[in-house]
This record gives sequence, structure tokens and C-alpha cells, in this order.
Amino acid sequence: MAKTLFQKVWETHIVAEEAERPSVLYIDLHLIHEVTSPQAFSGLRARGLKVRRPDRTIATMDHSTPTLPKHLQVIDDEAKAQLSQLEKNCAEFGIQLYALGDSRNGIVHVVGPERGFTQPGMTIVCGDSHTSTHGAFGSLAFGIGTSEVEHVLASQCLLQTKPKTMEVRVEGTLGPSVTAKDIILALIAKIGTAGGTGYVLEYTGSAIRALEMEARMTVCNMSIEGGARAGMIAPDDATYQFVNGREYAPKGADWDKALERWKKLPSDAGAAYDTRVDIDAAALEPMITYGTHPGMGVGITKALPSASDFVGAERAAFEKAMTYMGLEAGKPLLGHKVDVVFVGSCTNSRISDLRAAASIFKGRKVANGVRTLVVPGSHDIKKQAEAEGLDRVFTDAGAEWREPGCSMCIAMNGDQLSPGQYAVSTSNRNFEGRQGKGGRTFLASPLTAAAAVTGKVTDVRTLG
Amino acid sequence: MASFTTLISHAVLLSAENVDTDQIIPARFLKTLDKNGLGKQLFFDWRYLPDGKDNPDFALNKPEAQGAQIILAGDNFGCGSSREHAPWALMGWGIRAVISTSFADIFKGNSLKNGLLPIQVDAATHAKLVATVIANPKATLSVDLALAELTLTDGAKVKFPIDRFAQHCLLNGIDQLGYILGFEDKIKSYEASHA
Ligand code: SF4
Repeated sequence: MAKTLFQKVWETHIVAEEAERPSVLYIDLHLIHEVTSPQAFSGLRARGLKVRRPDRTIATMDHSTPTLPKHLQVIDDEAKAQLSQLEKNCAEFGIQLYALGDSRNGIVHVVGPERGFTQPGMTIVCGDSHTSTHGAFGSLAFGIGTSEVEHVLASQCLLQTKPKTMEVRVEGTLGPSVTAKDIILALIAKIGTAGGTGYVLEYTGSAIRALEMEARMTVCNMSIEGGARAGMIAPDDATYQFVNGREYAPKGADWDKALERWKKLPSDAGAAYDTRVDIDAAALEPMITYGTHPGMGVGITKALPSASDFVGAERAAFEKAMTYMGLEAGKPLLGHKVDVVFVGSCTNSRISDLRAAASIFKGRKVANGVRTLVVPGSHDIKKQAEAEGLDRVFTDAGAEWREPGCSMCIAMNGDQLSPGQYAVSTSNRNFEGRQGKGGRTFLASPLTAAAAVTGKVTDVRTLG
Repeated sequence: MASFTTLISHAVLLSAENVDTDQIIPARFLKTLDKNGLGKQLFFDWRYLPDGKDNPDFALNKPEAQGAQIILAGDNFGCGSSREHAPWALMGWGIRAVISTSFADIFKGNSLKNGLLPIQVDAATHAKLVATVIANPKATLSVDLALAELTLTDGAKVKFPIDRFAQHCLLNGIDQLGYILGFEDKIKSYEASHA
């Protein structure tokens, strides 16, 4: 029978299956960070358990780490205690940790692929909802809670009920300055933040095939914002090329064997999905969100919806979002004042994102009163960007060039918006207060974010 | 894990849709090493005014909300981040069940592992519940997990969907890690054949 990519990965990881019980699924790679792991380790200790596969567990510090280069001061004692607890836990249980200051440190979803841990056909979990990022390699990757972190630490397994599958077919060619971020924001605007609940998404179609690996990660990263725990893209030559030669990628004869396995992963012709959504790539324009969840997005030249476009609870939600955001319904966002530009996060902090942003910064100055933060996803990316002189492009324009970390994506480390401030951000969540209490977020691509150094929401295509 | 069999309580109406986990507990409170004591930070940015005083307009601060163990929420409750701090904070405040027309996947899974019951109802039942709670904020609802049944104030009974395994674990206080570790032989043989 013809099988989908998801089915193939799922079926090869079943340890046990019993009637009326969730499947016991084997986990190939477990990524951990400081915020969602401490209680899991306490649980292990309380039961006298060990970490079953420290060799399949990798830790990094990212959520609350400082990004100011000169004085790498952790924001407060609580964050400090959490970071040092991770250090203790990793030492005690024999887990490899990329601690603050390590040259391989970075955001967990950047580090996994970068070091070659993330590979096609794997099951990958992390106590972090953006674990979906790793699905770009044709792996089944999803976020889990802390109880499940404990389960995986102790058993290398998870109890999972088989999800349904949704094909997201994106055909056609993207227009100039329209990016992977715009594809995913358009999808979420279309299906809503719960549209993918219960599904694993598989992105297919010519527009997906044409994306570089980093762009594919951007797409898969935000699957969770559409309600789907995982998003996958079948591996192809671009995937193999990206993985090949990385520190933890298979080598020599192992590589050949792996490649043979990986080439069997793509969905078979005629494989059935439970449902399908189509997106016409050529019809997309740069997207921007205006509201307080990622589904509230529009093409940048479009007017915002009006309250009368919604009914019932959705209307109430729209009106509440408009009040929080301080925006007028029915008007376009173009030209709206911007206080902060944030280029970073596991969605858009890779080298191609920084290059894209730099192409706009070059020869420009950040407008008066606008604060701009560029935060690379890892030390490797930082080094690469500096070798290319991108850091100079940013600092010459008046932007702040920071150390890697989650930074203003989640505002746990002191990088945050002040109440009422407007940010154009390349991150993934525009929830109330996400980037700092009272802060107001417009999500967009690195190109659109960079265009906002003009101090206004700007259609990057109109910049000379 | 705490077991869950029945619950009798009035409900707090939180009518917003898409209540995300950043609202349930803002990220700045995730720097804890503990699961306990997060009730204070539940809905922090909605619950308190900038000067730190209770926001009298927020549902949980209303006098009639006190002692409620059920939240009646809008669609897609618990979306966003995977933080298990969300159910921990809800339970820390005293909530044992959330009723909505739908829940985000990770939040639902996290809740079930902590003895917090997500009760999914259809739109008509939800509307009826909302009307009931508005008319009488102290109206009592009762939940019977063994029957997967919610009894409304007028005596009407509504079945709710529940994963059979999660139901079994909740009723008996079964801890899922213990259950997984019971598969040790199978895990070993899986590892041997995938070395
Ligand atoms: S960058 Fe943001 S979304 Fe990504 S892992 Fe860090 S906090 Fe989470």
C-alpha cells in the first residue's frame, strides 16, 4: 500500500502497540533546554532512575541566556539558578551540554540541524513546541511537555496516539521578496490557529521543493502556530547536501547506508492523506500579522479586516485584539509606526535570514527612535555572519548585533518590548505580552522586518 | 499522579477564544525549578493591574469565581507553547477541569498527565453552559469521568470524548512512566534491532 512520509517514520518507530492504548514510540533524538527540563530531572531523581540514552540526548541553554556581548550577565538569580541546574543535571546524568559561552551554543532548534544531529527519518522531541522545525529534514519532530521529557529521559519512549495527516500543497513560484515565512503565515491565516489540531502536516509541491533547507525549517517551525504538532518535508538532494559532512552526520559507509534508507522516505505516489490544503505560491505577497495570534495575518498591501467580517466569538476576539494592538480595523498596516525591529528566533535567525536582512540594511540607517536587534541563532551563525561582514552592515546601519539566544522572541532574558511599543519581528508568536508585557508584535519575514528600519511598516518591494 | 473520578463545582466563564499558554502563565515566570506554587502567576497579565492590584474586571477576580474548580473557556484553549507550567498554574489556583469547544493538542496531553481534565463539548452545549453561568455564576456542574459525562444544572447529561487510556490512568491515578517502563523487554529488543 502506498504510504506517506509520516506513516513510514511512524511505523518504523513503534516499540509496542496494544488495543485501546496509545502506541509506545521510540525516540531517536531528545533535545533539552533549561526551561522545561528541571522538573523532569527532579522526577528521575525521586524515582532513582537514570537517563536511558544520554548518547541520544543533547542539551543547550537558550531561552534565558543574555545576548549582550560585553557583559554576559544573566538577568536574575532565578534564571541563573535554572541555568546552573541544567549544568548540574547534565553532569550528573552524562548528557552533552552546549552551555552559555560554548562555541557550539545556540537556540535548540538551530543547534540540532547545525551539528548534524537532525537527520531524515528520525523521531525527534524537545520540551518546546517549535520542535516541529526539524520536520524540514523528513523527520517526525514535535514538542512535548515536561512530564513527557521525563518519560523520554527515563525510557527513550513516548506514548502517542497516531495523528491524522494533512497535505499542504504549495505549487507555483514565489514572487520577488516573498519568502518561506510568507508561505507559512499565509497558511496559518487560511486554516487558523486550530486548523491543524490533531494533524501532522506534510508540505509538498513545487514551491516547497524550490526552498533551501533553512527556508524549509522556517516553514516547518511554525506548523505549531497552525495547531499541528509536527510539519514534515520529504528529504531530497538539498536535504542530503545540508546534512553531509556535519559533525554528527553519518560518515563513510554509514553515510551510504543512511542515504539508501533516506531515499525511501518520501511519500509514495498515490499515498492518501486525511485532508489537503492548497496554496498558490504565485498569489502570495509579503505577509504581516496585525493581531494577537499568528492566524491574524494579511498581505502587506491589504487593508485589515473589519469587525463586520466576523461573527460571534470571533468578532469579540478580533475586537479585543484590535484594542490591545491599538489599531484601526479596515485600514492597511502600511505606514504604521514601528518602535522596534527584531531579527532573530528559531524561525528566522539562520545565515540566510541574516543575509536577507542585511541586503536591506546595506546603505541604510535605522530611523531615529527605532531600536533594532539582530540576534543570530547560534555561535556558528554569528561567526559566519561576521566572516561575511554582515555584522558591520548591521552596526553601520545602527542596529545592535547580539550574542545568540532566544532573546526578544520570548523576552525571558531582559531583551523585551516596553508596554505599548510596536515591533516588527521575525519570530513566531504575537500573543499579548509575548515579547514583553504590553508589547505589540507584527510578525513578518526578515525582509519585511528589515524594511521597517524606516520606522514604518513598509512593503519591502517598494524600497529602492 | 492525582486521580480524578468526579467533580462538582461551579464554573468561571473565561469567554476569550484562543487563550494561549503565554496568557495562562507568562514566560517570565518559567524560571522556576518547581511545579508547585504557580497558582499566583496564573493569568498574571490579565489578573493584575499595572500597580499590582487585582483587576476587578477579570473573571477569576470576581467574588463568585472564588472556589470554582472549573473554567468555561472559548475555543482552542491552551494554544501556543508546550509549557506544562500552564496546567500546573491552573491546578495551583484550584482548577480541576476546563470546558471548551476545542483544546490545543500539547496542552490537552499535558493536562491529562497532571489530573486536569479537558472537557470538550459541542457549540450548542457550550452556548447553553455560557448562558447558564451568566444567569447564575454559582450554578453547579458535575463531572463523572468514569461515565465521561457532564451533568448540567438542569439535569441534562452530556457525554464528552476522552481518550480511553487517559481516562483509565486518571481514574486510577496511574502514572504513565511506570506504564512505559513496563515495556522494558520490547524497548530492549527494539534497540537491539535498530542498533
Ligand atoms: S526562539 Fe522563541 S520560539 Fe524558538 S525556541 Fe526560543 S523562545 Fe521558543
